[in-house]
Amino acid sequence: MDDTVFGRDSTASGAASSRRSLLRCMAWAGAGTLWTVVGGVPTPFRLATNEAQAAPASGFAFVQISDSHIGFHGDANPDPNGTLTAALQRITTLPQKPAMIVHTGDVSHLAKPEQFDAAEQMMKTAKLPVHYIPGEHDTLVDDGKPFFARFNPDVKTGGWYSFDQGGVHFVALVNVVGLQANGQGHLGDEQIEWLEKDLNGRTTSTPIVVMAHMPMWSLYPQWGWGTDDADKAIAYLKRFGSVTVLNGHIHQVVQKVEGHVTFQTALSTAYPQPTAGQGPGPGPLKVPAEKLRSVLGVREISVTGHTMALADTTLGT
Amino acid sequence: MKRIAHRPVGAAMFVAAVAFGIANLTPARAQSMTHDMSNMGHMAGAMPADAAMQAAGPNQVLINNFAFGPATLTVKAGTTVTWINKDGDAHTVTAAGAKPLFGSQPLDTGDTFSFTFEKPGTYAYFCKIHPTMKGSVIVR
Repeated sequence: MDDTVFGRDSTASGAASSRRSLLRCMAWAGAGTLWTVVGGVPTPFRLATNEAQAAPASGFAFVQISDSHIGFHGDANPDPNGTLTAALQRITTLPQKPAMIVHTGDVSHLAKPEQFDAAEQMMKTAKLPVHYIPGEHDTLVDDGKPFFARFNPDVKTGGWYSFDQGGVHFVALVNVVGLQANGQGHLGDEQIEWLEKDLNGRTTSTPIVVMAHMPMWSLYPQWGWGTDDADKAIAYLKRFGSVTVLNGHIHQVVQKVEGHVTFQTALSTAYPQPTAGQGPGPGPLKVPAEKLRSVLGVREISVTGHTMALADTTLGT
Repeated sequence: MKRIAHRPVGAAMFVAAVAFGIANLTPARAQSMTHDMSNMGHMAGAMPADAAMQAAGPNQVLINNFAFGPATLTVKAGTTVTWINKDGDAHTVTAAGAKPLFGSQPLDTGDTFSFTFEKPGTYAYFCKIHPTMKGSVIVR
């Protein structure tokens, strides 16, 4: 199975395709869209009619935040501090208190110490453990050493790491260091060999969550939206029954399914970017100021046993 | 606060269009995308396009709309070349290869970077943030 998944609407049974298209859009009309991943296949449904399922009774939840770009000051968002703060406040309103936050990169805009510092101070206000993964903006200076020293001081080689929580194995990958001209994201053989060892011996029923900044498939290589050696990493992940790959970088929600592996890109907390190929390049996209928070957001992932439910929630209407 | 706030369908379609945009679309999906994309027009149009018309001075490279201009600059040995970021996004000027001869710090909008080329040769460079942006300096 190899498919990109959209917001289907289960209430559209028997409708003509144009009506399905409309309902598909309507499925996004709530500020949140929920995806339940069972056996690797995400199944969306309308939150308004299924709200009870949005708050599993057991298990745990965590939040993904991405692309905060602290230090950005362009027209697309004059106040990225304000929108990150709004994202963190939104977390406090979630029905299931998250156990932790994962930040999937571009914490800062220019990898400046004061930008890292401001971001860290804001993230601390959530009073939750935060796991950081760097974006290419965070590693612009000295191959990311300032980023790793601040956010992952205990991690030795290259900045990648893994941990277990609630029966889920989390893997944080770095695909933004050593980028070459005309290239996409890159993991490197050393990291891929580490991944093989890290996964070795784990049972296939262990749910896996992989976190990286750049997409782990060739989403749009013309803009560098992909990871050139991701296939080698995915090869080691395919045997698991549930693999959820969370990334940022493209500032919009796109999903792809490959067997039991689902790829999920996240919204930014700073500014949207154009759809692949629309415009001269993947830069900040200015939307009307009153619409900005409707295209920024956070994602909550609820874990119950082997089931993961992903809810993308925007910061405004 | 109620988790599921409602928002205008227009804004929702923006997100839907984003999700549709990269797909191998079936005809039915393509049809709906055409409808969705019409809402994107004013957003895409907000990207600065007129800035690209600005010409670079001697020994200068301007960064505009995710491109180095001129993409290939020819100078005499000993010339100092200056890059100026006129774009709305940050960029770098980074020499290609395993041991880069030169490399800028991240250049915010309005920032500049200069490097003096002493020896003849062709020097390829790119932007580390957007690796598809490429340029070269030919030194004679």
